Amino acid sequence: MDENSVGGVAASSKKTLWKVIGASSLGTLIEWYDFYIFGSLAIVISTKFFPPDNPTAAFLSTLATFAAGFVVRPFGALFFGRLGDIIGRKYTFMVTLLLMGLSTCAIGLVPGYQTIGFAAPVLVLVLRLLQGLALGGEYGGAATYVAEHSEPHKRGFRTSWIQTTATVGLFISLAVIMLTKSSMSAESFDDWGWRVPFLISSVMVVVSYFIRRNMDESPLFKKAKSEGKTSSNPLKESFGNKYNFKFVLLALFGATMGQGVIWYTGQFYALSFLQNVCHVDFDQTNFIIGTALLAGTGFFVFFGWLSDRIGRKPVMLAGMLLAILTYRPIYDRMYQLTDVTVKQELVDQQRTEGNILMKAYDDGSTATWVSEGESVKQTVHVGKGAFFSIALLVFIQVLYVTMVYGPIAAFLVEMFPVRIRYTSMSLPYHVGNGIFGGLLPAVATYLVTKAQMANTAAQQISGNAPYEKPHLEGLWYPILIAGVSFIIGLLYLKNKNQNVQ
Amino acid sequence: MNTIKRILGVVWILLGLAAGYYLIVSQAIPQFTSGKTEDLVPAIIYTFILMPIITGGLCVFGWYALQGEYNTVE
Repeated sequence: MDENSVGGVAASSKKTLWKVIGASSLGTLIEWYDFYIFGSLAIVISTKFFPPDNPTAAFLSTLATFAAGFVVRPFGALFFGRLGDIIGRKYTFMVTLLLMGLSTCAIGLVPGYQTIGFAAPVLVLVLRLLQGLALGGEYGGAATYVAEHSEPHKRGFRTSWIQTTATVGLFISLAVIMLTKSSMSAESFDDWGWRVPFLISSVMVVVSYFIRRNMDESPLFKKAKSEGKTSSNPLKESFGNKYNFKFVLLALFGATMGQGVIWYTGQFYALSFLQNVCHVDFDQTNFIIGTALLAGTGFFVFFGWLSDRIGRKPVMLAGMLLAILTYRPIYDRMYQLTDVTVKQELVDQQRTEGNILMKAYDDGSTATWVSEGESVKQTVHVGKGAFFSIALLVFIQVLYVTMVYGPIAAFLVEMFPVRIRYTSMSLPYHVGNGIFGGLLPAVATYLVTKAQMANTAAQQISGNAPYEKPHLEGLWYPILIAGVSFIIGLLYLKNKNQNVQ
Repeated sequence: MNTIKRILGVVWILLGLAAGYYLIVSQAIPQFTSGKTEDLVPAIIYTFILMPIITGGLCVFGWYALQGEYNTVE
């Protein structure tokens, strides 16, 4: 068989292929953008939509809403995956695009808690759930659609463009938020400006909808449909059939579970760690993460291409192993670079203005402490040297992300046959990423807080802290999950594709 | 290699059960009984989402491995 043909169907022409990749990637990118602006604005949203008397409770509520957005993704994968395997890939991922766009725009229009009371958080929660459902259906459709247009020996390279969208979507969400913030006063942003990134989404969705509308259905799906070979009950075939279900489990435990936690550690936990544990300034943190993401994005395509040459398994497992071995030293170094207690203070530059204490340090870093009642809020602005060092450390983590995530779409597509592909690949992907990965910031933050509280309590009693480095405790979650996934992947995954047709 | 894959099936089943025990006894029950509203959501996620996926999934995966479903055909 010709290496450019897929299941007896000639792969699409180069021009068509790039159109397919462009249209699919753009839509998926917008969906990720929509999904992440909520997470990036979690602190602002918590003050607007949740009872304001207890900021911690409000923030936790937002995290819970955030988690709800992730937990619901597998249900979207099942619902839209089934539709995609019955009526087609193209129509299904157009529905998910519109659902996501409408939900995002609506979040930007919901009045705050002070205006409509308890209806505000309920509405936001419902819209967030709809976002999760839409995302659950989108990714599998886009990856399957591109893979089914591609030549088999370039599937990793072609689908890796879809893989860049999650990172680029996060990058654009951070950039839009920063641009919006910088174009108005802090009061205006807090008052209404935070709604702008949500409303911008509606324009992008309309553009992407019209581009996608003109695309053809996947050639493999069209052929299967014309031959009457599509599944009438993809859910039953995927999960009720032992032969397929064992591969769903293998995909989850041997690949997507580890990939999910590495993705969220490198991109989200790094952000949360810098802001909440190291107390680095909000804008500077976003700038650090944005720089690292921008520098690392091209590697998704590189590792996708490499997986066509040497196989998906070695590339993904190498990323997992490197992450497991180096996370603790990387995060420890990030902590040290932002820790003002070990920096040399320039005493003559210390000033106090009202309830604000400001200090400067010899490496160009500055720190402020704002007293509000009994609580003191610390903010660190790191100097140039520390900035680039932290950006490099985040970039290394992004590199791990590109190794595990670049080839995963091709890997999943090749694990399952056409008739149940959308359903079968979407579920392990969204359970691995949405549940194991999505809950990472909350679980890791919980572990760090628990260790810090245990240290404080122990110091009051005996003076001995049980945790030497409590700030690193959160990393046990991704290390453990990725460790199990690495062993399962190493032993049970095959390097050869199983369902290349 | 096939023998190792099969033997490790037992490890995955035990790991699934241990994870389920930890999630329910150490996490979910204390949070359900803490009386705090903010603990309710994580407790529900642990009990009804994470536990079935991790425990159920790993036990079935381990069982399949034990039965030789993932063995390489020579």
